[in-house]
Amino acid sequence: MTTQILIAGFGGQGVLFAGKFLAYGGLLSGKQVSWLPSYGPEMRGGTANCSIIISDEPVGSPIVANPDVLMVMNLPSLDKYENATVPGGKIFIDSTLIARKVERTDVDAFYIPATKMAQDAGYPTLANMVLMGKMMKETGLGADCLEAALKKVVSAKRAELLEVNLKALKSGYDYEG
Amino acid sequence: MADKVLMKGNEAIAEAAILAGCRHYFGYPITPQTEIAAYMAKRMPKIGGVFLQAESEISAINMVYGVAGAGFRVMTSSSSPGVSLKQEGISYIAGADLPALIVNVQRGGPGLGGIQPSQSDYFQATKGGGHGDYRLIVLAPSSVQEMADMTAKAFELAEKYRMPAMLLADGTMGQMMEPVELPEPSESKVEKPWAVTGTKKERKHNIINSLYLNPEELERTNFERYERYKTIEENEVLYESYKMEDAEYCVVAFGIAARVSKNAVNAARARGLKVGMIRPITLWPFPKDVLAKAAEQVKGFLSVELSMGQMIEDLRLATACRRPVHLCNRAGGMIPSPEEVLDALNKLKGECEA
Repeated sequence: MTTQILIAGFGGQGVLFAGKFLAYGGLLSGKQVSWLPSYGPEMRGGTANCSIIISDEPVGSPIVANPDVLMVMNLPSLDKYENATVPGGKIFIDSTLIARKVERTDVDAFYIPATKMAQDAGYPTLANMVLMGKMMKETGLGADCLEAALKKVVSAKRAELLEVNLKALKSGYDYEG
Repeated sequence: MADKVLMKGNEAIAEAAILAGCRHYFGYPITPQTEIAAYMAKRMPKIGGVFLQAESEISAINMVYGVAGAGFRVMTSSSSPGVSLKQEGISYIAGADLPALIVNVQRGGPGLGGIQPSQSDYFQATKGGGHGDYRLIVLAPSSVQEMADMTAKAFELAEKYRMPAMLLADGTMGQMMEPVELPEPSESKVEKPWAVTGTKKERKHNIINSLYLNPEELERTNFERYERYKTIEENEVLYESYKMEDAEYCVVAFGIAARVSKNAVNAARARGLKVGMIRPITLWPFPKDVLAKAAEQVKGFLSVELSMGQMIEDLRLATACRRPVHLCNRAGGMIPSPEEVLDALNKLKGECEA
């Protein structure tokens, strides 16, 4: 089985970090993984995105054009990738930042007020991890080695960040909306 | 087995170079390879190595020339426009018969082009690039693991044959992260009696030079060098053969194009079209023999490239045009999709069966 994931938002929202965390989750669950960031001019103020592939087979092309799972943190990204998502795919939306609903009827959409939840909980920069928590819950991706994956992406020198990242992930994981 | 870590291709090159005993890096930043320089800047001072950001690519390659002459493992890295600037120095290094590693993480061209991935420096890498008769050993990794493995390999081959080697990657390979198991530390095992290390008044001094005003002498160095190149062509060819056993059509692609093509090969097979792939890992020496042999088996070839069609010329030469050779390509930073490769395969089949 192969799952293709696309995470997109503004530069600075932690889209690439969330992607790296997810890729480690896949790696630690014994899967083959790849992570490919956009590195073009769009990173400077526009949209940033990254392609993650988690698979039982060696990964061929690392480019995700038609995601099975789409996680979006701004409106331009939803506009751009909604129609690219495969039928039956899952779309995770930060509903604090994106007012509109998904127009497609052949995908599962999940609306999480991730930015608001992160702000209210006192970690305003971790909306990415709130959204990621919900995504892991609904897709099962990397969920069994969440803490270990987090330790791979949060440097040992900043161990105090581990706990707060974990909190953010769990709040998303437990969110029922 | 050591734990696998997620690393960017660029970082894997840098760490693998350090593990291979490289303690001298000279470069100048350019997207999409800057992570190599950044990694070296962080690591080299901690391990007693030298990281130096030169004032230009031209200075950087000449610093490489100097350290190579002293017999140390040394490297530089850049992306397409920067590698063009280095060509004079690379020709000098080849002319002086020195080992060195040059990394090109290609971007779209010509000119300053763009910063998205490309393979349009194939000609420059495999046909000489600078002035004069010379070759580079050119390795084209197709995964982050190979980025690491080929770095060590490039140093070994460069020393074994006393010539510069190039790692030819592209923006995607440099920027993507994959699990990698870093190679064991290694070091140079080759004696370097030619290196300028100080005579201690015990031997005649060595001269590192590429200037020969006597044409007979210069001709002799050229013929000698090409004898060595012949040995390399006989012994150092690397390629991957994928699902070729019963293939009726053969995709030829390297680097990121081979990754995309692998998806297309599997999609084609799912539709009953027997397709395989030959992926050159060494672009020079080019895997001529295996392709010539494939021409006896398959009905047609498809060259998949991120360029206007450069490797396709070597493919046509290798197969002596005995079978149709089609091109599936994107340029300027664009990457063909697996669907585009599949469409091109169907067209090739249509023509071969017409």
